[in-house]
Amino acid sequence: MKKYTYTEKKDTRSGFGAGLQQLGQTNPNVVALCADLIGSLKMDAFKAENPERFFQVGIAEANMIGIAAGLTIGGKIPFTGTFANFSTGRVYDQIRQSVAYSGKNVKICASHAGLTLGEDGATHQILEDIGLMKMLPHMCVINPCDYNQTKAATIAIADYEGPVYLRFGRPTVPNFTPADQKFEIGKAVMLNEGTDVTIIATGHMTWKAIEAGEKLAEMGISAEVINIHTIKPLDNEAILKSIAKTKCVVTAEEHQMNGGLGDSVAQLLSRHTPTPQEFVAVDDSFGESGTPDELMTKYKLDTIDIINAVNKVIKRK
Amino acid sequence: MADIQQLQKLSTQVRRDIVRMVHAVSSGHPGGSLGCTDFLVALYNGVMTHNPKNFTMDGKNEDLFFLSNGHISPVYYSVLARCGYFPVEELKTFRRLNTRLQGHPTTHDHLPGVRIASGSLGQGMSVAIGAALAKKLNKDNSIIYSLHGDGELQEGQIWEAALYASANKVDNYIATIDYNGRQIDGDVENVLSLGNLKAKFEAFGWQVIETEKGNDMASVIEGLAKAKTFIGKGKPIMNIMKTEMGAGVDFMMGTHKWHGSAPNDEQLSKALGQLEETLGDY
Repeated sequence: MKKYTYTEKKDTRSGFGAGLQQLGQTNPNVVALCADLIGSLKMDAFKAENPERFFQVGIAEANMIGIAAGLTIGGKIPFTGTFANFSTGRVYDQIRQSVAYSGKNVKICASHAGLTLGEDGATHQILEDIGLMKMLPHMCVINPCDYNQTKAATIAIADYEGPVYLRFGRPTVPNFTPADQKFEIGKAVMLNEGTDVTIIATGHMTWKAIEAGEKLAEMGISAEVINIHTIKPLDNEAILKSIAKTKCVVTAEEHQMNGGLGDSVAQLLSRHTPTPQEFVAVDDSFGESGTPDELMTKYKLDTIDIINAVNKVIKRK
Repeated sequence: MADIQQLQKLSTQVRRDIVRMVHAVSSGHPGGSLGCTDFLVALYNGVMTHNPKNFTMDGKNEDLFFLSNGHISPVYYSVLARCGYFPVEELKTFRRLNTRLQGHPTTHDHLPGVRIASGSLGQGMSVAIGAALAKKLNKDNSIIYSLHGDGELQEGQIWEAALYASANKVDNYIATIDYNGRQIDGDVENVLSLGNLKAKFEAFGWQVIETEKGNDMASVIEGLAKAKTFIGKGKPIMNIMKTEMGAGVDFMMGTHKWHGSAPNDEQLSKALGQLEETLGDY
């Protein structure tokens, strides 16, 4: 079993900021828009280095999405930045008509997704965004797991032609993926091979899945740990290959159970290989104020919850 | 610029297309389409610099038009076809299964001339502003045009966009309001009054011009020419254009009832009797 380590914890939003800054230096067609959250989205560096390619739209997200769609007409590659809640639910119809249905090359970049936004509470803690975005035809949905992966994903989506939803967050989490790891849209990342159970994790839950795998090994359970950063298009092949070996699966995500990664995996498996599955996700509930760690514990999104789900699903084989 | 008489002939033919298209599928929006016919005919036949024979999404060095009130697709399709974006014959497929001429315009089926989907109201001004910003970044001096319904101004996104455009001096952009005073449920004044529209846009920092006779070809051209004189002067330009919903067909005027209703056989015959076939039906 591969042992993962990290030298520091970093926030995924800073990975986005660093990726965007690099794109500013390497791709003259990249432009960025922000709805009054430049600091929160870490877009300061791009703005400072490319003032003519940066558009502050104010607190007017619907207008931001429309302007982004228009900027593509003329060859620009717009990256919009605001919180995940205001990037999706608030502007769903604008994204649906002006971006997705119109096939525009807009990158919707969303920070502060999920419970780990923390103290601001449920109004800002969107747990439905993956579902909303993945339902839109041809929308690519990406939820990277750490700083390095978020930076690499940000750079990669500039070369992908079509609308993308890129989801990241506020808290610092272990930065464990290699800085030089190539980001391949739609490709699962095998973190640890195993034989008894497959754990599929996305975003902030990925490090917890690694921790769960280590603890399960001590208990004599061999867990295969897979990181899915691209929820749509899903890497069907990697998932089916793993399930053929382990015969059961646990999905882990900082999102509603309805509409998330677990749903996508369940749909795949029910059509190809009906397989026992347990879901580590928020169970039909809004969040609330609290520290990120307190919230992850209360809403059962901790390492122990993955372990419990594994013990449950193995018995269902 | 074609002469006024030629444009009027084209308008009459476009009006025939509109009523025939909506009659053929017993659905669609003839009222606003008839009201905006003169404007779109003028825009695409002399006012805009554009390249119908070689449509590209980016429209480099071309003026671009965005239809925000997508429900008036019949007039849009007819005008696009009759200036060469796609075969006039294709108007027959309007709203039928597998058509590129969807009920509301879309880029999804790659219909030449269309650069954004519209139908859900209030989004086109933002898109037009984005395209105008791209023109500026590309050092392309072409002009962006858009058209909006007056009822559409009840959508909040319009005012987000209006605020942005003046604050950021988007001055390569001319928006036009189809100010016919009617919407689905009745008069705009009664559904949700717009109050003093000119004062509102002026207060939002726009250069406002008014076209009093939006169904008179000479007035429409004059209005757009005047609007163009304000390009590059630091303000977005708003052309408030008074029109008559249903213009050109007497029984469709003076009411909101033909906003989204198609004529039956008898009504079609009556309408066509008022619209001489000038350039050949599709």
